[in-house]
Amino acid sequence: MLEHIELFFKSIFVDNMVFAYFLGMCSYLAVSKKVSTAVGLGAAVIFVLTVTVPLNWFLDQYILQPGALAWLDGNRETPELSAYADYDLSFLSFILFIATIATMVQLVEIIVEKFSPSLYNSLGIFLPLIAVNCAILGGSLFMQSREIETAALALNYGFSSGIGWFLAIVAIAAIREKIRYSNVPAPLRGLGITFIITGLMAIGFMSFGGMLTGGEDAPLAPQAQTTQTTIQPAIEKEVETTPLVVSE
Amino acid sequence: MGLLSKKDTRLILDPLADDNPITIQVLGICSALAITAQLKPSIVMAVSVIFVLGLGNVVISLMRNIIPSKIRIIVQLIVVATLVIIVDQVLKAFAYELSKELSVFIGLIITNCIIMGRFEAFALGNGPWKSFLDGVGNALGYGVILIIVGFFRELLGSGTLFGFKVLGDSVEKTGLYAIGYENNGFMVLPPMALIVVGIIIWVQRSRNSALIEEN
Repeated sequence: MLEHIELFFKSIFVDNMVFAYFLGMCSYLAVSKKVSTAVGLGAAVIFVLTVTVPLNWFLDQYILQPGALAWLDGNRETPELSAYADYDLSFLSFILFIATIATMVQLVEIIVEKFSPSLYNSLGIFLPLIAVNCAILGGSLFMQSREIETAALALNYGFSSGIGWFLAIVAIAAIREKIRYSNVPAPLRGLGITFIITGLMAIGFMSFGGMLTGGEDAPLAPQAQTTQTTIQPAIEKEVETTPLVVSE
Repeated sequence: MGLLSKKDTRLILDPLADDNPITIQVLGICSALAITAQLKPSIVMAVSVIFVLGLGNVVISLMRNIIPSKIRIIVQLIVVATLVIIVDQVLKAFAYELSKELSVFIGLIITNCIIMGRFEAFALGNGPWKSFLDGVGNALGYGVILIIVGFFRELLGSGTLFGFKVLGDSVEKTGLYAIGYENNGFMVLPPMALIVVGIIIWVQRSRNSALIEEN
């Protein structure tokens, strides 16, 4: 249970799709002019991620990983005995993952259109866009490279990274609605200021970094590792100065 | 350029500046920013995208009359995924360290919006040679921004270029460090990539006021 809660908050805040890895930036920038459309796209992303990450987890476990085909001759528990032990299909993961995502998006579109026309009208235009949203494929690829252990954790990971993306796009849409009334320098209007605001928001989200592990867990990205070395001196300084205040 | 007509030259040169995929068309930011903390991965990424987009545009353009429009997205994704697998396998074979460093971002070239955007906007309606030029031009425009961002982030962030200590040694205090210069550790963090691109957009649009957006 604890690992579920940890993964949930970690995927939303620490490993936020937009602010930590820049995934799904294209639609994030293009569809963030109004809060209502941003909410629609965000909901669609949560939905598709929740469906595709566990699906791709099963593909990865039963087809793609080295030795994953062992279940074919009944040696799932003891893969080294299987005739398929040496098969490694992981080079096919890109093409299988993207095919799953594209078909799932089409399926979801058809089902939603059939059963809930009102939802279809609000999500409809965004669904085809989602097939080429990096956040979706990124979710599956991170799931694979981080070797998530169970299907339930994969489901949790898909859902919570979707929520992280949703939060990011709704937040930037709200800011962009307000910034229309501000006097932004002309060459920065539109795209430029959005980039800079996203950068500032990402700096804010970096402060979630040590929330769960106390900063001991080394993150994946090489640039994230330097975070710790640069931030630590600042923290030490604070510790040194606080006793002085107390003694006064 | 005997081989290229005036129109063909424009196909290559326009995306480098006034029709740049990143700063004007807002495409392909996804996989671009995360790998620009250093110059070397930026260049590898740029070369990979040039390969994928140039060839992919040709393939799609050759098939443009036989792809049913309803399933074209899936066809396009399969073509890109195949090309990206080739890039990934080549990198794993000849530059394993680098491919570990780029991790999932090579795979994310598949969903790079530049690629789908150019397929949809150009390759589906033009011949193979023109599509090839358009693909290479746009990928070059993308690569230029990547390399500029990578250059500044590595130079200001770690004081190196391609790993060479161009500003002197920060530990032994030689070169610039001898007169009190310090690396800006903030530049290697992810948020600065966004701010550097924001500044590039600012510079570009103040030089060419026709590009300024309405609020």
